[in-house]
Amino acid sequence: MGVAKYVKNDKDEVLDVILQSGIPIKPVYTRKDLEEVGFDPEKDLAYPGEYPFTRGIHPQGYRSREWTTRQYTGFGTPEETNERFKLMISHGQTGLNVAFDLPTQMGLDSDDPLAEGEVGRVGMAVDSLRDFEVAFKDIPLDRIGVGLTINAVASIMLAMFQATAEKFGFKKDRISATPQNDILKEMIGRGAWIFPVKPAVRLIGDTIEYSMKELPRTNPVSICGYHIRESGCSPAQEIAYAFEIANTYIEEVLHRGHSIDDFVRGFTFNINIFGNLWEQVAKFRAARKLWAINLRERYGAKDNRSLLLRGLFGGGGYGMTKAQPENNIIRGAYYALAAALGGAQTTALCSFDEAYTIPTPRAALLSLRTFQILMEEIGLRDTVDPLAGSYFIETLTKQMEEKIVEEMKRVDEMGGMIKAVETGYVQREVARQAYEFEKGVQKGELIKVGVNKYTEGDEMEVELHEYRLGSAEEHIKRTQEVRRVRDNRKVTQLLKELENAARAEKNVMPSLLECCKAYATVGEMTKVFKEVYGEFKEPSIF
Amino acid sequence: MERKIRILVAKPGLDGHDRGAKVVAQALRDAGMEVIYTGLHQTVDQIIQAALQEDVDIIGLSIMSGAHLPICEKLMKKMKEKELEDTTVVVGGVIPTRDIPRMQQMGIKGIFPGGTPFDESIRWIKEHVKSR
Repeated sequence: MGVAKYVKNDKDEVLDVILQSGIPIKPVYTRKDLEEVGFDPEKDLAYPGEYPFTRGIHPQGYRSREWTTRQYTGFGTPEETNERFKLMISHGQTGLNVAFDLPTQMGLDSDDPLAEGEVGRVGMAVDSLRDFEVAFKDIPLDRIGVGLTINAVASIMLAMFQATAEKFGFKKDRISATPQNDILKEMIGRGAWIFPVKPAVRLIGDTIEYSMKELPRTNPVSICGYHIRESGCSPAQEIAYAFEIANTYIEEVLHRGHSIDDFVRGFTFNINIFGNLWEQVAKFRAARKLWAINLRERYGAKDNRSLLLRGLFGGGGYGMTKAQPENNIIRGAYYALAAALGGAQTTALCSFDEAYTIPTPRAALLSLRTFQILMEEIGLRDTVDPLAGSYFIETLTKQMEEKIVEEMKRVDEMGGMIKAVETGYVQREVARQAYEFEKGVQKGELIKVGVNKYTEGDEMEVELHEYRLGSAEEHIKRTQEVRRVRDNRKVTQLLKELENAARAEKNVMPSLLECCKAYATVGEMTKVFKEVYGEFKEPSIF
Repeated sequence: MERKIRILVAKPGLDGHDRGAKVVAQALRDAGMEVIYTGLHQTVDQIIQAALQEDVDIIGLSIMSGAHLPICEKLMKKMKEKELEDTTVVVGGVIPTRDIPRMQQMGIKGIFPGGTPFDESIRWIKEHVKSR
């Protein structure tokens, strides 16, 4: 939807096509176009699994390994979520991606007055280790990697995850967590921030440094162009901003005296798919190449594993429409195709009912089946990077690359991403474009099927997930029980130690792990951080 | 000269998805209204405080989290306590059709689910809200 700006004449012939990243598309591409953009097959492409990795990070692509499927899952209580996890795994899902409710994302316990009405609504409520013990019961954590979609308190959740896994007898070097842990994008796009920019980035540095030493199979950060794109930026900006954010986290860890090759291979990306298919595929290919160049040339990485852009490429919510919701099933299938053609390592789709609320099991399974059909029936595992060498795709990949570099330069000149976020530059840019986009849709310049073209009067009936009203109360009772039976003196002492570590700017992870093991709550640990760090203030952008 | 319509665009609750709020804020401003945006994570009390302080004619809430019923209930109750009944309240966001009658009963005057054209909400506001 809204794939590009189309200029047509009165006979409905397409005269001009301009992609959202600002690149015009020609009716026909030839060898000459490749020459014009300076395409060099050796330098720009090479082989899959070889620098600069435009064609993919594995020599054999999906032949050697299918992508991981990881639908975003979680709602209500840990008991309900555990059941859904098992359902998805029993149907062939190969990873988990945990959705937390808003109080948890904001570091509030379920019985905090500010959490009222929101407990368990958009994700699972987690207050203490007890909740993770329930949520991950009977999940083979040595085999199933777990995405933790949480940011401001990702450090706490990573510690909680390790404590849970150890309690279940999984060794810390066998478990694989991927906390989202990207606070800068929250400040730009998704809004679940708590602490000011600098300490928030330091906490991310702590998780990266800690994982490097203690959790070798964990990916401590998943940088999200995804949500910035959802908030309104172009696909080229999505990648540029994500890389600028990644570079900020890299520098945070380099300042601590670590070498780039020791930690950067734990970085992963979360990138969005909606809109023009070609632009998406070119975006992924250009991004892989630029990330490798960024690591090698800007940071002097030597280990090949440091150069690989590994990503969850996910079908974006913004592409989905409330009108004619079943159309979203079709859209999802095309987004999944784009992910496959773009060489995703991990995939997820927004389900067709997600313009209304979180998905029903039926809708979530349809998303999973979409991926399975692509891999099993359509031939996406046959060969690596099947669009390589196309006059059009290679030209577009080069043009996307230029656009991304341009946008990165703009942020660099401003002094980097921390400055760009603190001054509100990126937020303003994103909000302005969201407005322009919406005006385009309302004027009918950007087409959304079912919304501004081929509309139907009546609203379609869809079966929706029902929020269970009693679940919040049940959950609060359990948390209060945890607080009653745990060793409260020990908790108080451990929270004091956490505070000392935070004040001394020591790595807080070991301390968080101890707090989690003693059943300190997310709210209690967050409160310590709030006292030490203060809270983020949004820059005014209007 | 007549004062411009003053509207407080507010994001109540914990949800941080503010694309819609910011887009609508820009559209209302282009339509000639005076727009005050609260920023994220506002409590009902903070919103009422801002409405009083800014002396607005209308409050527009943007809610995407599914918590629109409890939030609206709380806000409308407190508005009554503060004798702010003259201030119009409208809501936009992810609002299922089945919840609209209940919200109207609470006293929410205008409900604009995601995808409502700017023209429609702007026209509604201009017809229903007289600036003081």
